[in-house]
Amino acid sequence: MAIAVRDLTKYYGSEKAVDNISFDVRTGEILGFLGPNGAGKTTTMKIVTCYLPPSAGSVTVDGLDVADNSLEVRRKIGYLAEHNPLYLDMNVLEYLTYAGDLHGLDPSTLRSRMREMVDLCGIGDVRHKDIGELSKGYRQRVGLAQAMIHDPQVLILDEPTSGLDPNQIVEIRSLIRQLGRLKTVIFSTHILSEVKATCDRVVIINEGRIVADGTPEQLQTQFRGSETIGVELRASSANPMAELHPRLSALPHVEGVTYTPGDGDTHRFTLQTEKGSDVREEVFRLAVREGWIILELSRRVTSLEEVFHRLTTSEQVAA
Amino acid sequence: MKTILARTRSTMVIAARELRSSFNSPVAYVVIVVFLAIIGYFHANNLFLINVASMRMTFEFAPLAFLFIIPAITMRLISEEMKTGTLELLSTKPLLDIEVVLGKFFAAWALIVLALAPTLIYALTMGTLGELDSGPVIGGYVGLVLVAAVYVSLGLLASSITENQIIAFILGFLFCFAFFMFDKVLIYMPGFLAGIVEYLGADYHYQNIARGVIDTRDLVYFVSVTGFALYLSVLSLQRRTW
Repeated sequence: MAIAVRDLTKYYGSEKAVDNISFDVRTGEILGFLGPNGAGKTTTMKIVTCYLPPSAGSVTVDGLDVADNSLEVRRKIGYLAEHNPLYLDMNVLEYLTYAGDLHGLDPSTLRSRMREMVDLCGIGDVRHKDIGELSKGYRQRVGLAQAMIHDPQVLILDEPTSGLDPNQIVEIRSLIRQLGRLKTVIFSTHILSEVKATCDRVVIINEGRIVADGTPEQLQTQFRGSETIGVELRASSANPMAELHPRLSALPHVEGVTYTPGDGDTHRFTLQTEKGSDVREEVFRLAVREGWIILELSRRVTSLEEVFHRLTTSEQVAA
Repeated sequence: MKTILARTRSTMVIAARELRSSFNSPVAYVVIVVFLAIIGYFHANNLFLINVASMRMTFEFAPLAFLFIIPAITMRLISEEMKTGTLELLSTKPLLDIEVVLGKFFAAWALIVLALAPTLIYALTMGTLGELDSGPVIGGYVGLVLVAAVYVSLGLLASSITENQIIAFILGFLFCFAFFMFDKVLIYMPGFLAGIVEYLGADYHYQNIARGVIDTRDLVYFVSVTGFALYLSVLSLQRRTW
């Protein structure tokens, strides 16, 4: 059940919410849809779920166009909308029955699906309670159970972890991981750690445009700038700037060295190195040759947070 | 045939949820009690003070009571779902918009019929107390059920326009009131319009049927006005896709 988004554009009046985006989600993949608030994540998801029509471009789910085969597509999709709308006056089982009935499940299938969903989502204890009485975490699980009641091949989850406490976030995330083994999942978030923990692939969207698309590792490498290596040395030296600094600067791939004095014989250096290079070995060999003692040697790689921050703020100014 | 069955089924699923929700909240009980209290008062007045055993009062005041009660039932039908966001839930299920509209229409209409049902006791008691002409009684009930259909569809239209239930109520009342009044403002109409405006009046057709003469012209009127209002409701639901 692959999803293909092609040249998708959406206007709200004259305002462009989504600007000519294209991406694919392969069968069985968990795609993290990342972006700051108002970037166009929700709009894109609403188009994929047939709630809104695209202004231009197309979306196909399993080869079916969302505009031409709306009912077919909706049958294949399970959707948890942003803010998780629920009927607060219904109890959990009534609600799941209603959702299953709307999907036209026959009574025996519905009964077994409900049992499965209640177990899977851990809502057995509250199944006879009115949804209005449930905590946010339980409501989110009920929303997920509702989205999966008809055993859809595609799950679209719009900020499924928003407003949950850290324990609940971990639970929902592992639930998504578990589901993602069998289904194609798109879920949106503006929390980065979530993407790293859960997704096979990330699409970062900003101001309606895709600014990055790849696995979390790929993005980290792709957007890695110059790296920094921190070294803390013990060496008896009267004038470290004259005696130690030039030796480190002379190493290959090192673009700059800054010095911070430590206590007594300890000295701290920060080495700026070329993109994609790793000079820790050279630093070690140099220290051995010179008889310095390395107290600390660390390499800092651009984090996904930095990638995200750069892509959704400065890059956009540069562009 | 199979698809028609499936479509009918989803309409019924929506109608059933809507009805159950009315009875889970005070809405249904308040509506039924208020309606019966109003009708009961006028009926008892007629019977005990004027000493007339007839259903006249029921058939005269029920359409007036409908003017207030029906918009009160219909105001939340779609507005509430728009406000809470559950409309998005419905719209992303494999359902047609017409099924959502029809389901809600049938639920509200059924509630009105349920509110009307206890007044059959008046008809039975009047029948034993005096000579009751069965024609106008049957006609009266048929007429009331048809007027209710028109008002429910108008109220539903109002509810599909706004997510604010108060505004939906006021609009619904205005729509119903307009159709109630059409045949009563003929005096202000230029001659060539009078016939058309009179034909639009719900009360005019109701009076025809309530006399005990069920004419196809009147039936066509009720069906077409209800159908048109439901059609506009579907269009209004699809606003987001314009």
